[in-house]
Amino acid sequence: MSKLQQERMPILEALNKFKKSRVVPFDVPGHKRGRGNSELTDFLGESCMSVDVNSMKPLDNLCHPISVIKEAEELAADAFGASQAFFMVNGTTSAVQSMVLSACKKGEKIILPRNVHRSVINALILGGAIPIYVNPEMNHELGISLGMTLASVEKAISENPEAKAVLVNNPTYYGICSNLKAITELAHQHGMLLLVDEAHGTHFYFGENMPLSGMAAGADMASVSMHKSGGSLTQSSFLLVGGVIVKPGYVRQIINLTQTTSGSYLLLSSLDVSRKNLACNGKEIFKKVSQMAQYARDEINQIGDYYAYSKELINGDTIYDFDATKLSINTLNVGLAGIEVYNILRDEYDIQVEFGDVGNILAYISVGDTHQNLERLVSALAEIRRIYKKDKAGMLQYEYINPEVLVAPQEAFYAEKEALPLEQSGGRICSEFVMCYPPGIPILAPGEKITEEILDSIEYMKDKGCFMTGPEDMDIKNLNVLREV
Amino acid sequence: MELWFTEKHTPTVKFSIQVDRQLYCGQSEFQRIDVFDSKEFGRFLTLDGYMMLTEKDEFIYHEMIVHVPMAVHPAPKKVLVIGGGDGGAVRELTRYQAIEQIDLVEIDELVVEVCKKYLPHTACCFGDERVSVYYQDGLKFVRRCEQKYDLIIVDSTDPFGPGEGLFTKEFYGNCFKALKEDGIMVNQHESAFYQDDAVAMQRAHKRIVDSFPISRVYQAHIPTYPSGHWLFGFASKKYHPIEDLKAAKWNALGFKTHYYNTKLHVGAFALPNYVEELLRDVE
Repeated sequence: MSKLQQERMPILEALNKFKKSRVVPFDVPGHKRGRGNSELTDFLGESCMSVDVNSMKPLDNLCHPISVIKEAEELAADAFGASQAFFMVNGTTSAVQSMVLSACKKGEKIILPRNVHRSVINALILGGAIPIYVNPEMNHELGISLGMTLASVEKAISENPEAKAVLVNNPTYYGICSNLKAITELAHQHGMLLLVDEAHGTHFYFGENMPLSGMAAGADMASVSMHKSGGSLTQSSFLLVGGVIVKPGYVRQIINLTQTTSGSYLLLSSLDVSRKNLACNGKEIFKKVSQMAQYARDEINQIGDYYAYSKELINGDTIYDFDATKLSINTLNVGLAGIEVYNILRDEYDIQVEFGDVGNILAYISVGDTHQNLERLVSALAEIRRIYKKDKAGMLQYEYINPEVLVAPQEAFYAEKEALPLEQSGGRICSEFVMCYPPGIPILAPGEKITEEILDSIEYMKDKGCFMTGPEDMDIKNLNVLREV
Repeated sequence: MELWFTEKHTPTVKFSIQVDRQLYCGQSEFQRIDVFDSKEFGRFLTLDGYMMLTEKDEFIYHEMIVHVPMAVHPAPKKVLVIGGGDGGAVRELTRYQAIEQIDLVEIDELVVEVCKKYLPHTACCFGDERVSVYYQDGLKFVRRCEQKYDLIIVDSTDPFGPGEGLFTKEFYGNCFKALKEDGIMVNQHESAFYQDDAVAMQRAHKRIVDSFPISRVYQAHIPTYPSGHWLFGFASKKYHPIEDLKAAKWNALGFKTHYYNTKLHVGAFALPNYVEELLRDVE
């Protein structure tokens, strides 16, 4: 499709036309273009409320698109090099879930790295598929999980030839990419679908000198978080279908199992506008983002003790490529956990970074950043080192804990269970998730054995001030475990 | 014909000066720069529509931001001015023979160029051999300095727009690091009168108190700034602004000043009760 067509924004155009037509609303939403809720209108603005409208003939319907949403989806598919693009309004979580549920039915196997986002394992609970975890290797110095080696995927495939799909993070939260092209070819050779979680990889489709995108690698489906590096509103996302094996009509049915029937036009139009912006200006945008990230990385590495890592980590396998727009910073040599730096930045310097874990922080750099704000981040990090630097003795090195999946996630989640104090739960099978959020990668998932090592690391993260989520007990003092028979 | 420059001091309060003519209008990478002539205040400079200085009252600001710390520090040799592209602070500093080095860090080169051309009365001393001008982000410049300066003067715009980074904890902390063991930092400290300015003033004060062992505030009357009642911050590692004032020594210099004198120096630190309360709230 030509660039000229990519300049079109069918949903936005339809909404603008609709606004001018001054239709009298006797339908939902009941705020009636904001007039019925003046406080909210004052807060969000009249132009925002006036397009918070319901599906109707001139605006199409997200559940069954035939006009403007269909056109917008076609433009998006073209922009991403996909055969089909679905507009998602329930977050990338719903894109990932629809992707997994479309690929695997109850009892079928899916091969995936354990450092997936919780939404992937949620899909296993909903659909009943069985996870075959591939150990993502660790970088012990940084304390981060990496990508899957080609050999380990090969081994998982040969041990589970009946598996239906392989799922790959492209990239991880930290910016690490696996050898997507080779893994895709491998999966296809064995008749398996290749699914990509690209929650952190929207820009791969538009920037230059970026790691390979899912669609370019020949993947069958990819979940792309347009609201992260793509600039659309929070909760809006794309699910892409590539090739001809996956049937788009079936995927739409799966999406409609759980997606709202009242798709927000604020979210839909934000996807439409952002797709146009990336298709037309993406190269320049991500060039600028890459330059800003590199500038900040160089400055931070000059402070001392911090390590802002990048492409020098590339090793041809577990770190096949690195997303240099990500500003991931290891803090361990300052004597502070990443989460501690994260908290100091917010509480004392009014700087909010994306997340902090045991050893790293991630600062999200985007087109909305300015050089002055980067200076603030760099200066604050320099100050934190000057004021807080201490001996790194006693810092926990995050280790990958190979999960022992004793029961399938769905079965474990719905099984008869009992609540045990955390310290007494060792040796039992967990029936719920435990994770730090962000990044939302589970430490424990339903069906996995609780080990002393895992309990130690949960206590350490709680102690360091990580925001822990997942269990029914919001204070994470008790864990639900399977009743022993 | 009547032509008026108007600045909103709050959303519902306006301050206007009748303009004789506009001399310059330009847009830099950072801000819009305008220079006007007026009957009452003479020539004046605005950035993004905010009053920076007028020919008539700039002496108050520049004398107060320079002579107060200079009369306290016993032997200031190296001085850093951050912001201050109009050259007024540099002009006052160059009067001191004892100063060996004056570094000025201004983010916007165009401000200096425009001031040199249209405001020669303030931008008169950039040619002094002790003065070096660096066009870069003040935060970045000061981050690379350690135990280097006797005095840092933060002559910034308001805490929004390009001056925002100069009202942050990371900036004040880096200034602390850049100062010698007995160094002093003074800063443009906003005003306590109107609500929004008062909040910015409190935030700045809290962050300075966090970074420096001695942190006091002093005042001056500046007619063209919102409310006319303006504050400066005096932050110091060692010297107290009043107890360590060397009045006789300063008076012996024999400077002719229009606003500052050593009696006023002491009085300027006596603040109205409502200002004291605002400051105490964040100390």
